[in-house]
Amino acid sequence: MPILQIRQAIRDAMKEEMERDERVFLMGEEVGYYNGAYKCSEGLLDHFGEKRVIDTPITETGFAGIGIGAAMCGLRPIIEFMTFNFSAVAFDQILNNAAKLRHMTHGQFGVPIVFRGPNAAAHMLGSTHSQAFEHFYAHIPGLKVIAVATPYDAKGLLKTAIRDENPVLFLESELMYSVKGEVPEEEYLIPFGQADIKRPGEHVTVITWGQGVPVALKAAELAAAEDVSCEVIDLRSIRPMDEAAIIASVKKTNRAVIVYHGWPNGGVGGDIIARIQELAFDDLDAPVLRVCYEDLPMPYAENLENLILPSPERALAAIRRVTYKR
Amino acid sequence: MDAAYEAKLRADYDGQSREDVLRDYREMLRIRRFEEAAARAYTRGKISGFLHLYIGQEAIAIATQQVMEPGDRVVSTYRTHGFAIALGSDPKACAAELFGKAAGLVGGVGGSMHFFDKERGLWGGYAIVGNHIPVAAGHAFASQYTGDGRVTLCFMGDGAVGIGPVHEGMTMAGIMKLPIVFVVENNQYSMGTPLKRTLPVEDITARAAGYGFASDRFHVTSVQETRRRLGEAVERARKDGKPTLVELITYRFRGHSMSDPAKYRQKEEVDRWRLNDPLERTLMALKTIYQVPEAELDAMDETIVAEMDGAYEFADKAPAPAPEARFDNVMAEGPYYGDSATTRPAGVE
Repeated sequence: MPILQIRQAIRDAMKEEMERDERVFLMGEEVGYYNGAYKCSEGLLDHFGEKRVIDTPITETGFAGIGIGAAMCGLRPIIEFMTFNFSAVAFDQILNNAAKLRHMTHGQFGVPIVFRGPNAAAHMLGSTHSQAFEHFYAHIPGLKVIAVATPYDAKGLLKTAIRDENPVLFLESELMYSVKGEVPEEEYLIPFGQADIKRPGEHVTVITWGQGVPVALKAAELAAAEDVSCEVIDLRSIRPMDEAAIIASVKKTNRAVIVYHGWPNGGVGGDIIARIQELAFDDLDAPVLRVCYEDLPMPYAENLENLILPSPERALAAIRRVTYKR
Repeated sequence: MDAAYEAKLRADYDGQSREDVLRDYREMLRIRRFEEAAARAYTRGKISGFLHLYIGQEAIAIATQQVMEPGDRVVSTYRTHGFAIALGSDPKACAAELFGKAAGLVGGVGGSMHFFDKERGLWGGYAIVGNHIPVAAGHAFASQYTGDGRVTLCFMGDGAVGIGPVHEGMTMAGIMKLPIVFVVENNQYSMGTPLKRTLPVEDITARAAGYGFASDRFHVTSVQETRRRLGEAVERARKDGKPTLVELITYRFRGHSMSDPAKYRQKEEVDRWRLNDPLERTLMALKTIYQVPEAELDAMDETIVAEMDGAYEFADKAPAPAPEARFDNVMAEGPYYGDSATTRPAGVE
C-alpha cells in the first residue's frame, strides 16, 4: 500500500473530488501559484487551472463569504484557511451564515462547503497563532467538525466532507502534515460520527483527536511500561460525536482521560465529561480528567510553551491518577 | 404646488405613459400599505422583535424588480419587506412571517429581518450589518463560474459601509470582476446617527475607484429615473462583468425600527423630504399631468388596503409552527434532535 504524508493525502482527496465533480473548487490564500502555504494543494493549479484553484487576497471574511454564497448557488467550495487562527476573522460568516442559512431560509438554501486548514498550536508561534478552534465551532448547531491525525483518515474524511451537504470544519495540524501512513490506492470514504480505536486496551479509556492523538498514543506506550493498558479512541469526528464508542469503552475500563489541544474552560473536553457522567455514572471508578492547555495564553518562549501544551508525561500523570497509581 | 415643483415634475415624467406611471404608483403603494399595516399590527402586539419599515424607499425596490431578468438575485438587509412585495412574494406569507406563523415566508423561523424567497429572486434577508456583501459576491462568483448570465444586486444601508465585510467583499468582487451591482440605500441615518458622524467622506461612491468599480449616485425621486440608472449598472454587470457601486439618496419616514421614535430629527427635515417622496410625487404627477380622476386613485388605494388587511387577517388566524418544526432544516439529513443522547429533547428517539 502506498505510504503518503497527511499533506499528500489531503491533496489527493481534493484532486479526486475535483475530478469527480466540476462544482468543487479550492479557494484561499496561496493555494494556487504558491502551491499552498503547507503544500497541501501542490500541483492542483497546474492540473485544474485558475478557474478552480483560486488565490485570494488576505480577506478571510471575503473569501469565506464568497464560498458560502457560491455554495448557496450549488457549487461545492473548499475554503482553505492558512491557519484556523485566521478563521476568527471570518467567524461571523461561519456562525451566522454557513451554520444558519439552511435553517433561516426554511430549507430554501443549503451550504455544502468545507473550511479546512491547520488548527491548534504548532511550535513557538505565540498566542495569536496557537489556538484550537474545535471548541468554538463544535458549539454551533448546523456545523460538522472533523479533526484528523493520520493520512488514511485525512483522505477518507476529507472526501466525505466535500460530498457532505452541510458546512464542515476540517481541522488539520501544521506539525503533522509530514506524518506518514498507508493510504489505499482504491477509493474509500470514511463516514462522519465514527471514532477509531487507535490502540485497544483494558484499564483506561484515553479519548483524543487531532493533534492530541500522538500525545495520547505516546502516553499509552509509557503507561504500558507500567502495566497499565490504555484504549486510545481517536474521535476523528467531533460533531457529530461517536458517543456510543466512548461510552462502550468507558463501561469496559471504568476510567477516562481526555487528551486534546485547547483550553479547559467551556470546551469539547468538558462536553465529553458531561456525556460520560450522565451515560456511564455507575460505571466510573475515578473522576474523568482532562489533559489540555493550561488555562493561559500561549507564550512564544519554548520552555513556557512546553509547560502549557499537553504532553505524554502530563497524560501519563493523569492515567496514573485515574488508576490510583500515583 | 409651486411652479418650480410642477415644472420639475413635468420634466421628470416627460415621455412616461399613463399606464406605466399608474403601475409604478400601484406597486409602490402596495409596499407602503403593507408596511403601514405592519406598524399597526406591531402596535397591537401582534409582531415582536425588531420591525424595520421601508416607508419612503419603495421606489428603489420597484425599480429593482423592473430591471431584473428571471434568475437575477436581490440580496438585502433586515429592511427587506419592500423587496419581497416588489418581487412578487405573497403578502399573506410575508405577514405570516412577521407573526411567526407556519405559513410564513420562511416558516416563521426568520421574522421581519430574515425574509428569503428564492423562487422570486429574493436571496435574503441578512440582519448582521454588512455580512451579506461577501455572500452576494459569492452568488456573483457562481454566476461567473457556471456562466449562467445572472446578475446579483446587493443592497446595504449607508450605515453598513464602514464595516469590514463590505470592504473585503468589494475587494474580492473587484479583483474577480464579478457580475454584481452594489447599491447603498443612503437613507441619511445609521440607526439614529446622521451621516456626518459616520462617513469620513460624504460621497460613498468615492470608494468605487479603489475597487475598480464604475459608480453612480443620485437622489431617488422617481421609479423611472431609478430604473434607468440601475438598469445601466445591471447591464454593465451582465455584459461587461464589471461591478458598479450605486449610492441612492433616499429617506425613511419612520424611525430606524418600530422602537425608535426618531427624536434625533426635526419635523422641518421630514417635511422637506416628503416633498421628494417618490410615492407622493408620483401621485402628484398622476393627478396633475395625467389627470387621473381622484375616484380612480381612491379605488386603487382601497383595493390595496383591502389586500393588505386581508393578508394580516390571514396571518392572525394562521396556525403557529408545529412543535417539531424546530428540528427542521438544521442539518441536511432531516430532522435534527441534537448531537447527544444527553441533550435530546424529551419524546424524541
